[in-house]
Amino acid sequence: MSYDRAITVFSPDGHLFQVEYAMEAVRRGSTAVGVRGKDCVVLAVERRALAKLQDPRTIRKIVSVDERCVLAFAGLTADARVLINKTRTEAQSYRLTCEDAPSVEYLARYIAGTQQRYTQRGGVRPFGIATLLAGFSEEMKPVLYQTDPAGTHSEWKAQVIGGRNAKSLREFLEKNWEEGLTEERAVRMGVQALLEVVDSGAKNMEICVVRPGGGKSILEEKEVDAIVQEIEAEAEEGKTKATTSADE
Amino acid sequence: MFGPTLVIGNDILDIGTSKFDNERDQRAIGGGAMIPRFAFGEPGQFDVPNVADPAHFCRNNFASACGNSDANQTVKFAKGTTTLAFKFDGGIIVSVDSRSTMGAYIASGTVKKVIEINPFLLGTMAGGAADCSFWERNLGMQCRLYELRNKKRITVAAASRLLANTMSSYRGYGLSMGTMITGWDETGPQLYYVDDDGTRLHGRYFSVGSGSTYAYGVLDTYYRKDLTVDEAIDLGKRAIYHACHRDAMSGSINNLYHVTKDGWVKIHAIDVNDMHYEYLEDKKNAMASS
Repeated sequence: MSYDRAITVFSPDGHLFQVEYAMEAVRRGSTAVGVRGKDCVVLAVERRALAKLQDPRTIRKIVSVDERCVLAFAGLTADARVLINKTRTEAQSYRLTCEDAPSVEYLARYIAGTQQRYTQRGGVRPFGIATLLAGFSEEMKPVLYQTDPAGTHSEWKAQVIGGRNAKSLREFLEKNWEEGLTEERAVRMGVQALLEVVDSGAKNMEICVVRPGGGKSILEEKEVDAIVQEIEAEAEEGKTKATTSADE
Repeated sequence: MFGPTLVIGNDILDIGTSKFDNERDQRAIGGGAMIPRFAFGEPGQFDVPNVADPAHFCRNNFASACGNSDANQTVKFAKGTTTLAFKFDGGIIVSVDSRSTMGAYIASGTVKKVIEINPFLLGTMAGGAADCSFWERNLGMQCRLYELRNKKRITVAAASRLLANTMSSYRGYGLSMGTMITGWDETGPQLYYVDDDGTRLHGRYFSVGSGSTYAYGVLDTYYRKDLTVDEAIDLGKRAIYHACHRDAMSGSINNLYHVTKDGWVKIHAIDVNDMHYEYLEDKKNAMASS
């Protein structure tokens, strides 16, 4: 019997194949990187090549969920739209009932709960997206949460979702991330990580910085270009130094 | 395998309203009565009267003695009571009487009209005793679930909102409740008045019940924001005493609570009669000396 047809059926060795296939769908999506700094969170997403006739403003991968919370996703765009809509509604409902903004952790828990619910019902399929939620906690500390199609959520210092090379990018982040990054360094780290998977150029990436108080600013192309050039220049230097030292 | 309506999503809030927890299966209620479906809350969870229009039925057969719908109904609820609460620099004083009347009959002189929802939240009771105590206990359950799920205590604003929303969803069903939700949370001492028609008001002091007019007279005259704790306790005591003195449906014991940032504390439970003689003494001494 094929165990991957109906979502609610376990396989004999304990797999939920539909959930794992959903995670495959996430891997097929474009990369999103999140880096937590000392007083900011940076989200960097890969912008896949647009068709010539397409308006870039209608493709948004980094969205606001609530005043204080920004979301980036990887995977099926349509699923993301639906899930983001539900989350926005939930955030407003929370504000209406509790007269206060929901915490980022609450929203992450809600998204994860929704994604899990769709793995345990008949007749529906899981959401094929993983999300990165960036914002600030009640004590004004930067936080970064990740959710996945299985319905788990966890807090991260830096994380990559989507894209075929997520594993190697995560290793890169593990090697380079440290506590207390300034905004500039966090942005550089995000861009550097993305440069490993995208062709060089600011038009292939979108960088968003989330600051305390909910300010979210998407960096202009010029700024991103400048950073990309800096990084590439450094990389060149590093290479030439290596070759010259090898020559000696 | 697939239910008739798979209602996925549309959950309101992760605070454990029964609606969130229950599956929306077809429940057999009262032998096939027509239960209207509402967006908020679920009146159908209760055994409502097994008639086509429960609200209409309740309005016709139960009456509130203080309200304007006394048309010789069979069962009359009385809102005979005096409860008051006020916010001042040292916290909040909650002062209530403890008399329960059924028409001219004093049913009890030892009713607990302050409901201890949790160590930081107090609710008062005026109106239908069953409605008040049930819904405030229900509120206590919701507050506890909120705490467990969100790892922090619920704010007074949110707790009173939950209760007000519940009352809103049962509007027209004949519930009778006039309560004050009060407590100390991270925003400081807070006081809200919540009504059975969904009214929710934030304020510095409120008094609810048939004797509230008398209590307001005393409160309005002597209330100041910068009362000391002892002055505030005395004010709460006196206001209830005066209300009980003139209102037939209030009396017996005055229960007084003080809410501080470490929670509420019960200050005293004094018989209003004893207060009468104490104040009589004071008056006599004051007149004698002047």
